[in-house]
Amino acid sequence: MPSISPVNPETGRERLRTYAPFLVLLAILALNALVTPNFIQTGTARNMLLQSFPIIIMSLGMAMVIATGGIDISVGSIMAIASIVFAKLALDLGMGIVAAAVAALAISALFGAVNGLLVGYFAFQPIVVTLVTMMIGRGAAAVINDGKIVTFYDSNLVDFGLYQVLGVIPIHIFIIVIAVVVVFLLVRETVFGIYLQAVGDNLRAARLVGVDTFRIILSVYVACACLAGFAAIFETARLASADAINLGKLVEMDCIAAVAVGGTPMRGGEVRILSTLAGALTMQAITTMVNMNDIPYAYSLVIKSVIIIVALTVQKEK
Amino acid sequence: MAERVIEMQGISKSFPGVRALDQVDFYLEEGEIHALVGENGAGKSTLIKVMTGMYTADAGEIRVAGERVRPRSVFQMQEAGISTIYQEINLIPHMSVSENIALAREKTGLFGRIDWREARERARSAMARLGLDLDVDQPLNRFSTAVQQMVAIARALSLKARAVVMDEPTSSLNEGEITNLFRLIRDLRDQGVSFVFVSHKLREVFDLCQTVTVLRDGRLVGHYPITELDHFSLVSKMIGRDARGILGRHRDGTDKGERKRFCELNGIRDGRRLQGVSFAIGEGEILGLAGLLGSGRTETLRILFGAEQPEAGEIRLDGVVTRFNYPREAIARHLAFCPEDRKVEGIIPSLSLMDNIAITNLPRLSWRGVVSRAKKLALAEDYIQRLNIRAAGPRQRINTMSGGNQQKAILARWLSTSPRLILLDEPTRGIDVGARAEILDLIRRLAGEGLSVLMVSSEWGELLEVCDRILVYRDGRVLASLVGEEMTEDRIIATIAGEGRHA
Repeated sequence: MPSISPVNPETGRERLRTYAPFLVLLAILALNALVTPNFIQTGTARNMLLQSFPIIIMSLGMAMVIATGGIDISVGSIMAIASIVFAKLALDLGMGIVAAAVAALAISALFGAVNGLLVGYFAFQPIVVTLVTMMIGRGAAAVINDGKIVTFYDSNLVDFGLYQVLGVIPIHIFIIVIAVVVVFLLVRETVFGIYLQAVGDNLRAARLVGVDTFRIILSVYVACACLAGFAAIFETARLASADAINLGKLVEMDCIAAVAVGGTPMRGGEVRILSTLAGALTMQAITTMVNMNDIPYAYSLVIKSVIIIVALTVQKEK
Repeated sequence: MAERVIEMQGISKSFPGVRALDQVDFYLEEGEIHALVGENGAGKSTLIKVMTGMYTADAGEIRVAGERVRPRSVFQMQEAGISTIYQEINLIPHMSVSENIALAREKTGLFGRIDWREARERARSAMARLGLDLDVDQPLNRFSTAVQQMVAIARALSLKARAVVMDEPTSSLNEGEITNLFRLIRDLRDQGVSFVFVSHKLREVFDLCQTVTVLRDGRLVGHYPITELDHFSLVSKMIGRDARGILGRHRDGTDKGERKRFCELNGIRDGRRLQGVSFAIGEGEILGLAGLLGSGRTETLRILFGAEQPEAGEIRLDGVVTRFNYPREAIARHLAFCPEDRKVEGIIPSLSLMDNIAITNLPRLSWRGVVSRAKKLALAEDYIQRLNIRAAGPRQRINTMSGGNQQKAILARWLSTSPRLILLDEPTRGIDVGARAEILDLIRRLAGEGLSVLMVSSEWGELLEVCDRILVYRDGRVLASLVGEEMTEDRIIATIAGEGRHA
């Protein structure tokens, strides 16, 4: 191995930027431990992780989209339509759970492909494009079942939701670990990962060095949508119902906040997966704190906004 | 002795890992045009930023008109009478000329209301002072870069600037615009305004300035009256060694007769600039494209590389008609392209030097999409050494490197794809003399190994220095092909001026 000459020494500020998301998370957990009764018990921590499942899974996709210089505010609506499609196919058409799940993922991928096509090929602004799919997704989901909640019970699904890998690790946590590791390696170690950052950092230069920029953009929006659909299937199973109006409502905000608190810059070109994980857990920890202390929901929004501002302040580049 | 508008003593400034300025002195006298020169990374930009209050010096004293100041902000220095005009003009493109000038220092009424009528009058008189009559209600971006620069100057003057700092003001102007700008600068000097003028174009320094301050590696080399210097001695001071070996070297021998044709263009039109361009490039040939800005040279390169599509005409490689819809298709056929504007289209700023070099080669350096770090590092280190790229290491972020080293990294990126034809658009723009010489040397060496080079440059001397043949463009057409003895600056100018139409 050739020896590597020393790079610019890391400044204190840079080090702070790197660790800030984890410090913020620790601070919130510590605060929770103080104010939330029984927070330290394993059951609470486990519940918090289980509830954070959708935000973590979807923040991974959001982080990749944001790294390309885009944004996806349609993920909540994609959850809704995936959930309804999954429940309707499994219940009304009597399809198997697996087939219904595949169909739900397919419809999610379709939404992602529309986002990717409009952003990557037609170069429309991501926030407008995904605003449109956000409205279509939520609308279509409501139309499919006249806005009614689909409730269903499937013992296989319940068993799956309670399954513990090797008898100890809850399936949700197992999937979170796998997903984080896969996306982490994907953005760090692969050609795709470097192209992804290049596209977000300097689209024109990326094109001139031969990157198929459309394919990259299409891929991240499809991936982001599929992760939303995937999260929707698990949420549907956990809640034993599909609610077109409320499922995934405002979840895009939590995801974007998780990415921002994780220190991934909104302008694109950089992505931090582990910090995004910390950001997502921070968002969930705030929600848990608010719920378990009987604080009205509205306050959680205030607390979240304060946390975001604090996180952004410590990470400011100059 | 004239009054010193700015006096800086013992200025030092460090950044993590770099000592950008070390005990530098600088002074600017009233009514002089003072050149600040040095290679990239010599500390010119840092010194300017300290002077204008954008950076705070770690040590040293700054006096404005004899009074000690401790600048904390650009605004504060503007109030003291020091204004800056940057290379990328720092005005607001969508706002009107008068708004831009008013923004400088709005006289506000009740509740911060701006008196637009007065602002418009002020803008008009400011532009009139520069001898420009234009509609101040038009958005700034409707005007050419040259006019925008004039507006920036007007804005500085409306701030009652006593000193104006100009960082590479001519880099995107054509000859006529440069003449106008210089006339204006001289007029203002005669009215008592002082200028600090930063430029890589030494001819301009000799043309315009009375005094030169030379920096090298963050240290002051010296202050000199321009009359004490000639071209060689100035360059020698900048690079710290004798310049005679670097400047004015010509390519050995002339053209080597018949070459095998590699690439051919026939009747290329793009529906805008290009009016039917045809020529061929031989293997190992260095073909230069000369012409004015906007004559269609850049468009030719972009079409050849698949970055833009021709409306008519054909491209042949090895005699076979080819069409590139995307740059990646051209790359697959061993074409390479170094674009004109490094910052906009060249570097991928947040990525490391290593990734910027490897980006054209990632599939080759990876297995099933997973990049081999060892291979990537080896490739980057190989080219860092071969092209003498100066950086803290392969992991340094490229946007923290100097222009010359960035350009070398972009060359490395392409050379590592073993190209057969490399398209170079202004390969030495904004690059210091040392790096420039290295890059031109490299181009010659590569051509000797059979690489074809198609090179656009606005520095005709540079084309004359390295090219085997020069095509002269005017208004989207190739008007002349100059070889051997015909390759002179006079012939190029004559052709562009219209005398060589049938050459």
